[in-house]
Amino acid sequence: MMTDILSTGTQARQNGARRVVVKLAFFLLLVAAWEALFRAGVWPPYLFPSPSGVARTLVRGFGNQTFLVGIAVSMRRLLVGFVVSAVLGTLLGLALGRVRLLDETLGSLVLGLQALPSICWLPLALLWFGLSEQAILFIVVMGALLSITLSTQAGVKNSDPLFLRAALNLGARGWRLYLLVVLPAALPAIISGMKLGWSFAWRSLMAAELLYVSFGLGQLLMMGRELNDMNQVVAVMLVIIAIGLVVDRLVFAPLETRVRARWGLGE
Amino acid sequence: MKVDLRGVTKVFPGRPGVVALDAIDLGVRPGEFVCLLGPSGCGKSTLLNLVAGLDRPTAGEVLVNGQPVQGPGTDRVVIFQAAALFPWLHVLGNVEFGLRMSGVARGEREAIARRYLRMVNLLEFEHTFVHQLSGGMKQRVALARALALDPEVLLMDEPFGALDAQTRDRLHDEVQNIWSATEKTVLFVTHNVREAIVLGDRVLVMSPRPGRIKREFTIDLPRPRQIENYAVVDLSREILNVLKDDGGQTSPGSR
Repeated sequence: MMTDILSTGTQARQNGARRVVVKLAFFLLLVAAWEALFRAGVWPPYLFPSPSGVARTLVRGFGNQTFLVGIAVSMRRLLVGFVVSAVLGTLLGLALGRVRLLDETLGSLVLGLQALPSICWLPLALLWFGLSEQAILFIVVMGALLSITLSTQAGVKNSDPLFLRAALNLGARGWRLYLLVVLPAALPAIISGMKLGWSFAWRSLMAAELLYVSFGLGQLLMMGRELNDMNQVVAVMLVIIAIGLVVDRLVFAPLETRVRARWGLGE
Repeated sequence: MKVDLRGVTKVFPGRPGVVALDAIDLGVRPGEFVCLLGPSGCGKSTLLNLVAGLDRPTAGEVLVNGQPVQGPGTDRVVIFQAAALFPWLHVLGNVEFGLRMSGVARGEREAIARRYLRMVNLLEFEHTFVHQLSGGMKQRVALARALALDPEVLLMDEPFGALDAQTRDRLHDEVQNIWSATEKTVLFVTHNVREAIVLGDRVLVMSPRPGRIKREFTIDLPRPRQIENYAVVDLSREILNVLKDDGGQTSPGSR
């Protein structure tokens, strides 16, 4: 029994180590192939950048702080838009999940709008808000809000009705029933919705920032294009990937795992 | 009577509607331990839900302390088969939940919650989360959570149905102790004949479709009773024969 546990432990560790080595080897090979292809000189540098050139641009970009400013501007928009979406989406989802009439009316509207990529709101947003911060925020919110709403609604509808019966039985009523029972019962679904909403918000923001002067990462990307500097384009793309991955792996994934475990929903 | 059902009928809509309970008359005296025994589908859980106020009768009336039941109330607390603890709260948070809803101050409600956690021997687990508890521990927490509200009536809906035999026996002892210490009125639903005999002052045998009370047994064996007592086994044979007449699925409570 004891040796079983020990050996599976070592095995798991060996598997983990193997995976890391395989991944590392794959990416090293990829970069090497990329550099080789660049040196073969098939395409001119303004069409096909080299990894070393991209690395130099990254170092310079972070050194003279242009990248940091871009990241700060984009992250601020993302955070504001996401927080607004999270609060509104949770409230709206709660209402849709509990009130049948709202579900049948507003619910189908939300479902329909969810099919629209949020960047399609840009023409309207520009008319309503002009070339402004609000226009970008509007697009970010339209990207994240609906998926958070729909997940919250599903979470409220699908959570175990026994929780509600037990809570009523123990005297919970009114807003406390919602805040202390309905909402936490739906929390696993709400967190999944927020994870999804975050990635939608991120995509919407980048799309919006690409389309007009905005000082964010999107503009740095377009600036690379205008200067014919493919190194900058690819460097900014890498930064965008890195931010997406870091937030997903360091914030949402651990949160989701912990909540699901505590709620007894398994892996 | 503490709990009084008069001509209670419950029909679940459909074509044809299901008559879950058919003109039930039942009186439960204060401090009495009454077991409702029957196969699944005989309406015993429905009856409990009506007393709890989680459901309404189609006809007839349900009285508690002579007052008609209007909805759920903390004078009657249900213990469900799936303990229905809140996984987002730790054990203490679960036990004090009802007190928190009725506005008891934090210090006081924690003291009360701890008193009942001690009663079910789980005091050292007060900060444990629900997913880390075994099935038997969950039911003990649910019991403490119900007792913390000091309800006059405890409604237990097959609370030990999903537990292994050993854990169940230990909980039978605990329930008998707590019942004699607190003098609660208990309505206990089960499909386990010996469990009903070990716990009940009276055992009401129900039959399904339509749900009716078929026979009533008064159990005057000395307490505390154990599931392997000869008297319990003898009586269970007699009750099983009554149940067999409907071909109902009921376990004799053997292991």
